[in-house]
Amino acid sequence: MNGYELLNVTFQFLESFAFIVLATVGLAVIFGMMGIINLAHGEFILVGAYATTLSAHQGLPLPAAMLVGVVATTIFGIVLERTIIRRLYGRLLDSMVATFGISLVLVQLTRILFGNSIDQVSTPFGAISYGSYSYSLYRVLLAGAAIATLLGLYLLFTRTAFGIRARATIQDEETARSMGVDTDRMYMSTFAIGSALAGLTGALYAPARASPTPEFGSEFLVDAFVAVVVGGPSVLVGTPLAGGFLGLIEAFFTFQWTQFIGTVAMLVAAIVMIRLLPDGFSGLVESVRTSWRESE
Amino acid sequence: MTRRSISRRSALAGGVASGLAAIGGCLSEGGILNGSGGSDGPMIGVLEDRSGEFALNGTAKWQASLLAVEELNADGGVLGEELDVYDPDPQSDNQRYQELTREALNREGVDALWAGYSSATREAIRPIINEEEQLYFYTTQYEGGVCDRTTFAMGATARQQLGAVIPYMIEEYGPRIYTIAADYNFGQISGDWVRLLADEHDAEVVGEEFIPLGETDFGSTINAIQGEDPDFIASMLVGDGHANFYEQRADNELDVPMASSTTMAQGYEHRRLDPPALEDMYVGVNYMEELETDRNAAFVDAFYEQFPDADYLNQEAQNNYFSIHMWAEAVEAAGTFDQEAVIAELEDGIEVEAPEGDVELDPETHHMTHHMRIGRADGEHEVTFSDEQYIEPSFLHEVGCNLPDDPEQTQYEPDEFYDEI
Repeated sequence: MNGYELLNVTFQFLESFAFIVLATVGLAVIFGMMGIINLAHGEFILVGAYATTLSAHQGLPLPAAMLVGVVATTIFGIVLERTIIRRLYGRLLDSMVATFGISLVLVQLTRILFGNSIDQVSTPFGAISYGSYSYSLYRVLLAGAAIATLLGLYLLFTRTAFGIRARATIQDEETARSMGVDTDRMYMSTFAIGSALAGLTGALYAPARASPTPEFGSEFLVDAFVAVVVGGPSVLVGTPLAGGFLGLIEAFFTFQWTQFIGTVAMLVAAIVMIRLLPDGFSGLVESVRTSWRESE
Repeated sequence: MTRRSISRRSALAGGVASGLAAIGGCLSEGGILNGSGGSDGPMIGVLEDRSGEFALNGTAKWQASLLAVEELNADGGVLGEELDVYDPDPQSDNQRYQELTREALNREGVDALWAGYSSATREAIRPIINEEEQLYFYTTQYEGGVCDRTTFAMGATARQQLGAVIPYMIEEYGPRIYTIAADYNFGQISGDWVRLLADEHDAEVVGEEFIPLGETDFGSTINAIQGEDPDFIASMLVGDGHANFYEQRADNELDVPMASSTTMAQGYEHRRLDPPALEDMYVGVNYMEELETDRNAAFVDAFYEQFPDADYLNQEAQNNYFSIHMWAEAVEAAGTFDQEAVIAELEDGIEVEAPEGDVELDPETHHMTHHMRIGRADGEHEVTFSDEQYIEPSFLHEVGCNLPDDPEQTQYEPDEFYDEI
């Protein structure tokens, strides 16, 4: 492996890492914090991507169009939470069936309203060239966006009053309520944040994909669910570790062989991980921390 | 509380219902014939994808089929009877294709069947078709080799398409070829054809990657191509996901020219993607909407008059359109809808005025002789055509397929017949 090839693998890793993390965060917040398995997660991403693409076609500059995508998905998430999701808290299986239904309706509704595809917004920034190779700058920068998103979430949930109330609600709803926390609003806000994150993913990937189709969301689903399971219940610990681990495996095997082998390797690694660590990376970190505390 | 939630729920249901009614309105507005009518008259089956991975390719096939039927009916029907259509949406799902094919054959008793976009679909339903000895038209361009007494392959084969475009590219750009293809029977066999054509023209395939359907990340593929630095890329990528390759090629500023049998003429990537994603894409095609002939202009006008919201009139749509007219002609000549009689009539040889030009059915192989052109997209995605040739489906002749004399139901593959692969 020469220097240029090392750069190839590095960029491929950054791209995989960004994809896994961004595909996962929205799902992880809603699952980890609220215990709702949102099978319509892909369609939240779809809403973000369509809102971004369509408003960019209306002449908005790309960053503004992305903002529209995030806002639209957030509003969409709040509406859905108020009408359907809030009736399903604590009902894991029911919530899966309901969100699966929502996903089917949304895909077909998108097809009916906008047809089989909408025109693409082209990717900004061009490419980085090195030796005989090149790599898309935008795709590399997505890794930065992924890290920034995780950092933002960390600060939100650990350093703000809102974050503390949200975590209190998740840990013990009764006590939180008796302390004056409006838990109903906390659930709604957490769901809105999950929706906004899915919308952000859609917005960021809208210009990085060929023309969006109604199935746009489905390509994120496998990575998102695999990463949530491998990462475990804690969003902030699990998501980056799962993204790093799975991204590294995918990039290495893809580089050595082909994209196909890379995908196979990633899924095999996920299966082995679940076998060895049923609670995922965050379970592992938790038990390490506990035993470390005990030894003190 | 309860009452409020009920009213909200019913309001929601009402909204969905009125939405569905609106959709129903749109569909009937398009002049679509009644699907399964339970009528006793003649009926054809049209199973084409309007959703799922191949919706972009299948929708126009379905629309052009309905246009052909509408024209036949406006003209007094077939044998004086109005033609009915059985046309549920198979949703790009092979299992659903199998169910719907059984339904079409056993319950609806269709007189002829048009079904399927991908070769995987065709091979999934062909056993059912063979069992019932159903007259079947497969209209997608494909890898070639199907020699089946009740199947008529209307699309151009790899030998016709790649045989037109690969030698042209070797001449134009040089002998080092990098193949990327969809990883299923179509892509694998097309890859064999590229190798064979390379060998025939003193060129070589310097790299090959087969990519699963639905894959969207091509960073490593592009790096691998850059590592080999080929003279051109032979691309047999298929479906929505794979369109991302072209987008990422532009994004990575990979400016190696490309030859393809699958792109532009089917999924209209040159319309959907921002230029210059398809710059220097050369396709071997028998038809594209952009062909500038008077006959085609009339066809395109009729199509968009019927379907004002249609996105693109693709190569396969044209194949469906002319083959339905060709079938009707054979029925008229035979004087009956009886499938054996119609097959015998088709095997007598038939010529049809297709929008691409006059084309002939080759009785021995049940394939078409096509007008093959090389279409090229420039930096603005404008398509120009050159090098028109009238090419026979020669591979099946070479392997000795002669259906009127030897009625078989097989698919021949090039690696069984050529040592070069």
